Amino acid sequence: MSLSAVPTVTAQAGGQPGVDWAWIERNAGYIGEQFVEHLLLTSIPVALGFVIASALGLAAVRWPVLYGPLLSVTGLLFTIPSLALFVLLIAFTGLTIWTAVIPLTVYTLLILLRNIVEGFRGVPAAVRDAATAMGFRGVRRILHVELPLALPVVFAGIRIATVTTIGLVTVSSLVGQGGLGQLFLDGFYRSFPTPLYVGLVLSVALAVTADLLLLALQRALTPWTRTVS
Amino acid sequence: MEVFADVVAWFTDPAQWDGSNSVPARLVEHLGYAAASTLVAIMIALPIGLWVGHTGRGGALAVNVANVGRAVPSFGVIILVVVLAGIGFLPVLIALVAFAIPPILTNTYTGVRGVDATVRDAAEGMGMRGWQVLRHVEIPVAMPLIMAGVRTSSVQVVATATLAAFPGLGGLGRYIVNGLAVQNYAQVVAGALLVALLALAVEAVLAAIQRLVVSEGLARANADAAAEARMTSTAA
Amino acid sequence: MITFEQVTKRFPDGTTAVTELDLDVPEGEVVVLVGPSGCGKTTTLRMVNRMVEPTSGRLFVDGRDALRIAPHELRRGIGYVIQAGGLFPHRTVTDNITTVPRLLGWERERATRRARELMELVGLDAVVADRYPHQLSGGQQQRVGVARALAVDPPILLMDEPFGAVDPIVRARLQQEMLRLQAEVRKTIVFVTHDIDEAIAMGDRIAILNVGGVLEQFATPAELLAKPANAFVADFLGEERGLKRLSLRKVSEVTADPGPVVGADASAADAGRVAAEHGTDWVVVVDDDRHLVGWATVDELGDAARLGELDLQQPRLFVYAENSLRAALNAMVSSRVGVAVRLGPQGTYEGVVTHEILSAELLR
Repeated sequence: MSLSAVPTVTAQAGGQPGVDWAWIERNAGYIGEQFVEHLLLTSIPVALGFVIASALGLAAVRWPVLYGPLLSVTGLLFTIPSLALFVLLIAFTGLTIWTAVIPLTVYTLLILLRNIVEGFRGVPAAVRDAATAMGFRGVRRILHVELPLALPVVFAGIRIATVTTIGLVTVSSLVGQGGLGQLFLDGFYRSFPTPLYVGLVLSVALAVTADLLLLALQRALTPWTRTVS
Repeated sequence: MEVFADVVAWFTDPAQWDGSNSVPARLVEHLGYAAASTLVAIMIALPIGLWVGHTGRGGALAVNVANVGRAVPSFGVIILVVVLAGIGFLPVLIALVAFAIPPILTNTYTGVRGVDATVRDAAEGMGMRGWQVLRHVEIPVAMPLIMAGVRTSSVQVVATATLAAFPGLGGLGRYIVNGLAVQNYAQVVAGALLVALLALAVEAVLAAIQRLVVSEGLARANADAAAEARMTSTAA
Repeated sequence: MITFEQVTKRFPDGTTAVTELDLDVPEGEVVVLVGPSGCGKTTTLRMVNRMVEPTSGRLFVDGRDALRIAPHELRRGIGYVIQAGGLFPHRTVTDNITTVPRLLGWERERATRRARELMELVGLDAVVADRYPHQLSGGQQQRVGVARALAVDPPILLMDEPFGAVDPIVRARLQQEMLRLQAEVRKTIVFVTHDIDEAIAMGDRIAILNVGGVLEQFATPAELLAKPANAFVADFLGEERGLKRLSLRKVSEVTADPGPVVGADASAADAGRVAAEHGTDWVVVVDDDRHLVGWATVDELGDAARLGELDLQQPRLFVYAENSLRAALNAMVSSRVGVAVRLGPQGTYEGVVTHEILSAELLR
């Protein structure tokens, strides 16, 4: 098995703190590639996590006894440090994208599961009863009545999961993935802070933008939650 | 299964149990980083969180600190600190502390703010002074959330300290980073297992402490608070 | 005991909660502040222990200028009971009750002994001593709240909608117990409610406040119901003022009409004569010990020689001396002949309460 993702070079610390704008210009294409990869490494796990957490969450709403154990298991997985989970996966998935995607997906589960279940549990019983009394049943009641009302809490979960994942993606650079995390490694190996600045700024900007976009999407989907100003 | 055998062999090698690169030494080192940064973070975050929660002033700041903490990748910050300041315990400690503060601060603030208004009103109405309300009512009632914040920060610090091995810090992360560098996968897996076990053990010990320091009267609130804290946490 | 002199409270947002209030709460009495929402009743109450600071005016508590006493010291001498109790969720019942004693430095043993006394006083079973608030019913929580307020035996008790969070049946029982407790402890109590019936039930005096904290009338419940000062008060008291007045009076306060009574040995002819004398078409039949045998209309008696041998009708409801006149009215409207039969403690016949008696009482 090859572990060539991590070079054996040992770096010397003590870089100059200034920003090298020329480097950024020269490497704009490379930075762009890493940014796109970062987007991919964020969206796939959040989407996968959402699908899995929705299934688990609806099961937990239907059979409440499942909720405790599901929370414990996802909580346990959430506790495992990311680097440990990434490197443990090398044995199964090598240095492929899955080595990053699987752990990142796993980390979204606790947050998403909890918010989905709490979102549905937060639907007032009176509203649910009224819907049932009007003849809504099963899937239709969930889609037309409960889901819309649960959306704000579910979205809060998606936002936290997304922002958390954006930060975690960078760690997967140590197993050959990592998006903007690659810039961290570049900066480290060359004792050159500029790539680190770029990686940090873009990563934070991505997190903030994603958060605001998701918030805007949530507001658009749930117009009744907007306060009149 | 070959890996499994290699890992067992690694653990049973007497070399892992003696000297400065031995498992006990690395474990103590790792725990030392985690304990030091968590304690310093508590000393900073707890008073601020209590004050902001008690007075209600600066609440937005306390909440946003958690969001910022989540958005900034700790891995990048640790590397940057090392690139700029050189590998040393203090710069890394400062970074670890910075990331341990938000969960404790936000949870403490949320916990104190969340004390039922009628309960606070009753406390003041019976003649408690500000600090007595804090000590006798707000802190004990907020304790489930405060402890949840401490747990989150501790577990997170264990994880971030692992990452700090990459730019040169000691601790259990060294096994993973060195193992990756010399393509010794057994050592990588052994390090990962040790780190995972440590994180789970820290979580378990703190959960036990939480049961001791939280009143039974708040038992129902406990489970909720633990899960709530996770919402304000950052995986690392 | 508590005196408001020209007290005004204006909040920073410009709303005036209390306007130039003059009010005197006599020692040992229950004064109820009642009015619609926005009438400043809770603000008025909270100014007494300075949870709210008056904007202007003077406030005296137990002869001392309350605005010159450090708030926490003032508050330790004033019991404070709020809706749903405001109990500390992390403390057991005992620890909740002993909060103030412990703050004042009492030894644990003495404080615990005091807690046990208070629990008995407010009707809490000793088994709940080590329970936490969330393990108690709403009524029990409220009792703990009262016990906690009484812990250091303060002369004054402030109660802010104390029974607002419990269901009507429990509320009625708590009100009765509070009155029994008050008869024992004789505290000066300021009691806030939005429920006029609760005000009438609890208050020695009632202050009716209007929006903006304007005092419309301050009087005993009976005066208030008999002579409302203005349309606002009359309106607030509601349409059933007459009934409410009746509920304040006891059957023992009026003289019962002896009614058309005959002995069990009397004949139908005797009954007809007695009924005619009283202007009724029915008679009440009693035995030698004046126990009620029953009643009957004259028509039903035929030519019976001895009424005691007949199968007589029984009144559906009786009233006793301690019942309210409202209960008597209820018995009257439930009766086929429109009277309430009053019985003595041993079940002896004491006469009937008629609607003429009630009307005369209301017109007095």
